[in-house]
Amino acid sequence: MKLTLRVWRQKNADADGAMSTYEVDGVSPDMSFLEMLDTLNEELILKGEDPVAFDHDCREGICGACSLVINGDAHGPERTTTCQLHMRSFRDGDTLDIEPWRASAFPVIKDLVVDRSAFDRIIQAGGYITAPTGSAPEAHATPVPKPDADLAFEHAECIGCGACVAACPNGAAMLFTSAKVNHLNVLPQGAPERETRVLDMVAQMDEEGFGGCTLAGECATACPKGIPLTSITSMNKEWLRATRKVAKR
Amino acid sequence: MALATRTDRRPSLARTVWDSSVGKKAVMAVSGIVMLLYLVVHMIGNLKIFFGPGEFDHYAHWLRTLGEPFMHYEWTLWLIRVVLVAAVVAHAVSAYQLSRRDLRARPSKYVHKKARASYATRTMRWGGVILGLFIVWHLLDLTTGTVHSGGFQEGHPYQNVVDTFSTWYGNVVYLVAMLALGLHVRHGFFSAAQTLGAGSRTRNRALRAVADVLALLLTAGFVAVPVGVMTGVVS
Repeated sequence: MKLTLRVWRQKNADADGAMSTYEVDGVSPDMSFLEMLDTLNEELILKGEDPVAFDHDCREGICGACSLVINGDAHGPERTTTCQLHMRSFRDGDTLDIEPWRASAFPVIKDLVVDRSAFDRIIQAGGYITAPTGSAPEAHATPVPKPDADLAFEHAECIGCGACVAACPNGAAMLFTSAKVNHLNVLPQGAPERETRVLDMVAQMDEEGFGGCTLAGECATACPKGIPLTSITSMNKEWLRATRKVAKR
Repeated sequence: MALATRTDRRPSLARTVWDSSVGKKAVMAVSGIVMLLYLVVHMIGNLKIFFGPGEFDHYAHWLRTLGEPFMHYEWTLWLIRVVLVAAVVAHAVSAYQLSRRDLRARPSKYVHKKARASYATRTMRWGGVILGLFIVWHLLDLTTGTVHSGGFQEGHPYQNVVDTFSTWYGNVVYLVAMLALGLHVRHGFFSAAQTLGAGSRTRNRALRAVADVLALLLTAGFVAVPVGVMTGVVS
């Protein structure tokens, strides 16, 4: 396969960026999208040019490091992470626009790499449970009803890649934050911080400069892990409940 | 080293709600529902125009005597007006502030653009502005009579309505605003339900259906009046 790539190149956080065009030949349909970029970078290095910087780590769809907007879609046309996207999803001769996540809370560091530490600070604000450290507790000591366990697991699938923010027309982190809030709030282990968790995490989300939800639904469509849009509804409910409870104290 | 004790002092309920993007959306949802309830009543009241000037003008007069003898003449009406103005202001101010936040959060656009979200979703902001301007025109036209075409007669709403919809611009302004209303209600009702935490996987299909029916009924009910005047059913 022969492809034309239009890639966002930006020297550093302060520099102005622009799209640069590259031709890549000999792309196999079995390559992953990142392997195709590796091929491009090898060519660039041989030519003495600066390779395209992009984030990647596990390359098996579980770490949430890869982050590319391909032809306007976060993680590209398939519902998976960029590393699990294969070139068979494209056709010979295609022109692909490759851009970084766009949000003021995710500033571009270089080329396609953005700073997602805003997510870390949202987690620090309440994405934990207070538990004594030490050996693992006995598994049956805290019973969890099966439906609750399933719900928690569905939200726990979030890998924090930020595709929801990239896809949202408002650059909102509602789907990420709601996945993290709901994951712990439905479990008995998360109960002691149920109110402070949602209040603090939402406050941190606002503090980081993310936008708000207008129910466009783009986040849930882009999410490689299938976090549902109703996750946001559940977080809104938790937030309103927590606001009432904390005010009564 | 002594560990810092967590002092859980939190701001007041009103502060928390107004300072949070989620809370401000709740303000929008509640004020929107207040206005929506009013619109349903308003639309049903409007349909009385099809039963002639006697019934319509009597209905308008009754609105002023509502709650008597407990309330004085027009007191209830003014109470409703105050609540509605508060709802409009709360809705518009939160919408403005939230939109500012949303636009700031996504300063640079993608080079590769895609048509996204439904038409109703994308037109919420401009649709809201259109509705705000329409409310001003509507009040100046049929409540105060300031911009009314022809002689505005206090206490004769039937004739006033017929006058307004006998002009081309009266019809155009009204029809555009009612289409904007339908789209606004369609997305707004469903969004309000999600903001207030009323939605769920099992309930969302029904909520969407209610939003569609409400939007359709309101638009059709309101549009029936100018159409009635244009076709000569109401004259």
